[in-house]
Amino acid sequence: MRQGEISLAGLLALFSLYLMWKSTELPIGYIRGEGPGGGFWPFWLSFGMLLSCCAVAWKWWRGKTPASVSDEPLMDSFGWLTVAHVGGGVIGFVALISVVSMYGAVAIFLVYYLRFLGRHSWLLTLAMASILPTGLFFFFEGAMQISMPQGLPFTQPFFDLMYDIIY
Amino acid sequence: MEVLSFLADGVLMALEPINLMLIVIGVTVGLFIGAMPGLGSVNGVAILLPITFLVPPASAIIFLAAIYYGAMYGGAISSITLGIPGASTAVATTFDGRPLALQGRASLALVTAALASFVGGTVATVFFSLFAPLLATVALNFGPPEIFALMLLAFATFVGLGGDDIAKTVFSICFGLVLATVGFDTISGEPRLVLFDIQGFLRGIGFIVLAIGVYGIGEMIWTIEQTRGEITTTNPKMTAKGLASDAKEAVRRGWKGTWIGSILGFFVGVLPAAGATPGSLMSYGVAKMVSKTPEEYGKGSPDGVAAPEAANNSASTGSMLPMLTLGIPGSPTTAILLGGMVIWGLTPGPRLFIDESEFVWGLIGSFYISNMVAVLINLAFIPLFVWMLRTPFTILAPVIFVLSIVGGFAASRSMHDLWLIVIFGLGAFFLRKFDYPLAPAVLAIVLGPIAEPTLRQSLLLSSGDPMIFFNRPIAGPITVIAIILILLPAVKLLRRSRRVAPD
Repeated sequence: MRQGEISLAGLLALFSLYLMWKSTELPIGYIRGEGPGGGFWPFWLSFGMLLSCCAVAWKWWRGKTPASVSDEPLMDSFGWLTVAHVGGGVIGFVALISVVSMYGAVAIFLVYYLRFLGRHSWLLTLAMASILPTGLFFFFEGAMQISMPQGLPFTQPFFDLMYDIIY
Repeated sequence: MEVLSFLADGVLMALEPINLMLIVIGVTVGLFIGAMPGLGSVNGVAILLPITFLVPPASAIIFLAAIYYGAMYGGAISSITLGIPGASTAVATTFDGRPLALQGRASLALVTAALASFVGGTVATVFFSLFAPLLATVALNFGPPEIFALMLLAFATFVGLGGDDIAKTVFSICFGLVLATVGFDTISGEPRLVLFDIQGFLRGIGFIVLAIGVYGIGEMIWTIEQTRGEITTTNPKMTAKGLASDAKEAVRRGWKGTWIGSILGFFVGVLPAAGATPGSLMSYGVAKMVSKTPEEYGKGSPDGVAAPEAANNSASTGSMLPMLTLGIPGSPTTAILLGGMVIWGLTPGPRLFIDESEFVWGLIGSFYISNMVAVLINLAFIPLFVWMLRTPFTILAPVIFVLSIVGGFAASRSMHDLWLIVIFGLGAFFLRKFDYPLAPAVLAIVLGPIAEPTLRQSLLLSSGDPMIFFNRPIAGPITVIAIILILLPAVKLLRRSRRVAPD
């Protein structure tokens, strides 16, 4: 935890410096007759972020935060594995949207989570993986008139069928 | 007496069968739209606007106002049951609503939210009926320096929300404000902070992207990691007797927050461009500040649920005031309502109360009726929302992830934003590991688009002199209070360290 806190503060300080540099693409000072330039507000806010990181580092050095005096690891192997499974699942879900459509990705994600992480029965898994995407389809495409990504062309027959039901 | 007579006519008009039916439908539809992460009153009102051309203008605006009310009630539902604020107005409700749900007291949180919303909406409607023309004049005196001072005051209350680590809270505020500047400079129109030259950033970063990332993804991963997958989210028992006892407890433990939210929310809501979000946030901050047990806030205080919920309903009524009297919308939803009024052939402005008094008082009357209908419908649905929480967490978690991603896309219609949601979610998880408060960042990204232009306009007005925030009669005291609030934790810390030193 101790090493993690200062590493994170360092990383955030670097990001703050990047934002300060990026803000200077627009004027950061006062322009007569026009007021503060477009970079003024983000520049000084990024500077505020940098100062905050310095304050965090100062408190870390003086051992004033719980993390700075902790010898415990950030997470044990179970924690890392859980984060990898759940976080990885969400990343996979979003990545699949462009391939199998939003509703296809929802179904696959539900099968992955309910069956493989949640260890629920196939019956419940398949019921959820078919009812929820269908319900979402009718809610968004039918009631709210919001079109979701349809993925690659091979999903089109499915959408044609569903649109026939709505319209 | 004249006001009472107009009001009685207005209430009678709202009670006409067609209007009453539209109120019931509007409130119910709004409740479910508001409860959906990513969708809020603005979506409901915008989508259903075309339907209103089938009915007379007065019935049409009554219907849309009922959706607005229903969505305000509904926003609390996803904040409490799922831990995801469905709209920016419900962010502060998450702070105490979610912990209550995790303690198995979701019904108390939902009942508190419903009753506080009812009181907030009713108090605001009474104020609206009595002081409409006077308040419109006061609101008109709020220029950019006053609005920026108000934003400063809102940020000052964030410092109090962030616990003891002021540096991390300030970082969070600045981070949220910087994210709000991504996209285009609204004054010069030039691209700004297009991070790593990725074109998707030209669209800016919406509040909902950060909120869903932090609360929908980050919070869920955090909960799963902390509890090792063995989550006893809650085991709520829902009976009529239980509901009545929760209502009693909500009144006993949430009355203070309800009154603070009702009054403060209305006055903030009246200000053009302020709206319900700053109102709910400031009410939460003030309720915490004046509480005898501020340490309970953030851990499941009914007052912490009541204050923002009363405020967002009160402010939503208040924001109708500048719309009707000045033609200035106080929130995105009222902007759509304003558009609707113009289409219906009505001209919002000072003469509306004279030329279209029947319409105006019918609308005000509908506020009272909508509020009553909304609280009844909301209370009736609480067992359903609580039942949702009985679902095993291994089923609830993927459903929340799905609603977050689908809702995130519905709000932004961009894959770039979906990836940002994932990045913010994972980032939020690690930041939380090191005690960085994330709520201030979410609230800052909401207020950033109001704060920056008002600051720049103010400095332009004063030729760069920051004293403009101190020497104006309304802005001055607000700025001074904000600065005191910002310095207060530092002074407390200094006093504490001095007290420890002699020991």
